[in-house]
Amino acid sequence: MMADLLPTIFLLLMGVAVLMYAILDGFDLGIGIILPQNNLQHRNQMIASIGPFWDANETWLVLAVGILLIAFPAAHNIVLRELYLPAVIMLIGLILRGVAFDFRAKAVTRYQSTWDKVFQAGSLTAALSQGFMLGLYVTGFQYSVLTIVFSLLTAIGAAAAYVYIGGAWLVLKTEGELQRYGAKKARQSGWLMALSFIAICIVNPLLNPQVAERWFTLPGALVVFLIPLMCGLIWLIVDQYLRYVPLQEDRACWVPFVGAAFIFTLCLTGFAYSYYPDVIPGQLSADEAASATASLQFVFYGVVIVLPVILAYTLLSYRIFKGKTTELNYY
Amino acid sequence: MDMVNESTLILSRIQFALNISFHILFPTITIALAWFLFYIKVRHHISGHPVWMRVYRFWVKIFALTFAVGVVSGITMSFQFGTNWPGFMEKVGNIAGPLLGYEVLTAFFMEATFLGAMLFGIKRLPPWFHTLSTLLVAVGTSLSAFWILALNSWMQTPQGFEMIDGVAHPTDWWAIIFNPSFPYRLMHMLLASGLTASFLVAGISAYRILKGDEKRAPRVALRIGCFSAAILIPIQIFVGDLHGLNTLKHQPQKVAAMEGVWETERGVPLLLFAIPDQEERTNHWEVAVPNLASLILTHDKDGEIKGLNEFKGEHPPVAPIFYGFRVMVGIGMLMLVSSWIASFWLIRKNALPNWALKTLHWMTFSGWVATLAGWYVTEIGRQPYLVSGVLTTADAATTIPPANVGISLTLYAIVYAVLLYAYIHTLFYMARKSVQVDEITTLNESWHKRSPAVQDDETTLTKAMPTETRQAESSNTAATSSQTESNGGIVS
Repeated sequence: MMADLLPTIFLLLMGVAVLMYAILDGFDLGIGIILPQNNLQHRNQMIASIGPFWDANETWLVLAVGILLIAFPAAHNIVLRELYLPAVIMLIGLILRGVAFDFRAKAVTRYQSTWDKVFQAGSLTAALSQGFMLGLYVTGFQYSVLTIVFSLLTAIGAAAAYVYIGGAWLVLKTEGELQRYGAKKARQSGWLMALSFIAICIVNPLLNPQVAERWFTLPGALVVFLIPLMCGLIWLIVDQYLRYVPLQEDRACWVPFVGAAFIFTLCLTGFAYSYYPDVIPGQLSADEAASATASLQFVFYGVVIVLPVILAYTLLSYRIFKGKTTELNYY
Repeated sequence: MDMVNESTLILSRIQFALNISFHILFPTITIALAWFLFYIKVRHHISGHPVWMRVYRFWVKIFALTFAVGVVSGITMSFQFGTNWPGFMEKVGNIAGPLLGYEVLTAFFMEATFLGAMLFGIKRLPPWFHTLSTLLVAVGTSLSAFWILALNSWMQTPQGFEMIDGVAHPTDWWAIIFNPSFPYRLMHMLLASGLTASFLVAGISAYRILKGDEKRAPRVALRIGCFSAAILIPIQIFVGDLHGLNTLKHQPQKVAAMEGVWETERGVPLLLFAIPDQEERTNHWEVAVPNLASLILTHDKDGEIKGLNEFKGEHPPVAPIFYGFRVMVGIGMLMLVSSWIASFWLIRKNALPNWALKTLHWMTFSGWVATLAGWYVTEIGRQPYLVSGVLTTADAATTIPPANVGISLTLYAIVYAVLLYAYIHTLFYMARKSVQVDEITTLNESWHKRSPAVQDDETTLTKAMPTETRQAESSNTAATSSQTESNGGIVS
């Protein structure tokens, strides 16, 4: 009984890992993208605000790719073969931003502003290539003009979404001028994100008849249309909040970040609904791609025990560093 | 599926070798350095002496930098299987997957999360919790080594599975994890990490002293580095020998290549140097000690060792293994001599002469060279198989056009070269900068308040320093102005 459910369980777990990654590494990639090159003090503060978290945030990507590798090796092979070059470019981006972050902080040399530029370029590269890969993934890896245009759209959408949640993070973690800067960037990118999401929602069913069928037949259609409705509502609240940042006594400064996280969750839910139970849209289902039951079971026990622990200490770490970021000082 | 292109295969192999060689440099340091940091933190709890905290602060920065490069180059590794070696997951994914999964679940998150607390939490956390974070990071790095070496050892000496329709299925997880070569390889690697970190700590500290650092912290760190190296190296030689015997039992062709033995014979000499010639299937320019290889490997001076000719077409390329092994052993011997002499000197005279400091400075990254050489021996020694007897390397390769692999390989090579340069440069830069930091700026306030309780420790530590330093130290207690003055000389 459980053996039949295992592929679905791992598909769900992969979804959770991707969502955690998008929210958590999303905000620190976003921070990297909007790093102001003309203001050292702001840069220091922004870097300080993500310092304790970015390592662990990036680990969710390893888990997501890890689950793809462990549970659906056939899919892992296809995805990474088809996305070979974009994946390499994303990895180079992630490498550059990760090391730039540490080099700039550990040794304050005359190269610091260079490392900051590398950090920004790496963040932008990683965000764009992730969005680009998402576009190619949902269109079945067809390299045609239409799919490339669509993928460019998803690339912009992903980068905008990361800036959106990154700006929201600044609203939550900083004060004064920098907080207003974060709010401004979040608001601008919020519009860009909304526009590209609407475009994606229009183009996607046109490209994928299977998606169109899911979206426009009852009763599922009712649920599906709740998602954009709720997204729009939350987006509107956040947009209005960002307009007036900071509120008196900085009330409810968590609103934009939590709102952004909800929007990400809703979008991923909609995405999952469109393609379930395929692990590669239109090509391979979770059941077909799954590895041996004995292997999935062995990992499953580990996940049941360890994942709650991971979530617990992740929460603990965010509690330790709650409140406004103090100035950049190590140890 | 298309035929695997020869160039794709070669380029993929070079790319994997480049990626994993670059990656392993950093975990090799952090696995052991995390334990050193924990030890330093515990010493600080016991004595309350601020010097331990200064040592900690300096080395935790280097740890963080090293860890970061390790993390990002490790992410690349998790993509490599799919991008370049799809056959690996197709055939043995049922076994490799869960082992990698457990590494991510039990180690990666723990390391990364508590690293945040360890680096940034010192003011926000109670001291015991901060030390606990350091411990959890250390446990995490070692657990990570546990799982990845379980997988690597399984690829060398696979067991606990059955083949169904050409795909490996697990039958006994305990047998898979604790496969015959695993305990030896794990110990060998952990000790290699200990030695690499020891020589790094000793080398950087020696460099600081050579650059005129009069403070106590680099001297404390120098002692830690030298003593731990002196303790670990004989254990490593012993474990390495056991590991070799285990290899002889399970992968005799690898040992034959390491020793350069072509024909099966008794009373095999130990080749100190030779140029193996795979075309002629013989060695040139042999410098040998009679019967010693037989004695080491079989504990009998006339013991029989199987030669490479028994495994024609099934044995690895000989030259890289033969040379790699000698590089590793040679550096091991250097480590033995240098760490014992340095430790002896430190025990007798409490300080090192300049030539010894310079030697240690030169040996800062010796652990890297030995570790890489050792890994080349064991990994090339597994060829032509990816998983011994189950899957050949050629069968696992991707069908991607070679041009794509060429592009990615070039990009990685450029990025890694820049990073390696920046990393080494930054380490020595940090060391030079720390020379100029006034001791007074890092002096812990509470230290003065609780001075009676730690008076003993003060004396023991002062004893361990040369006279000039003792004078510089005593001026710490004087007014700040005179402190700045006395340090002015050091800065210039």
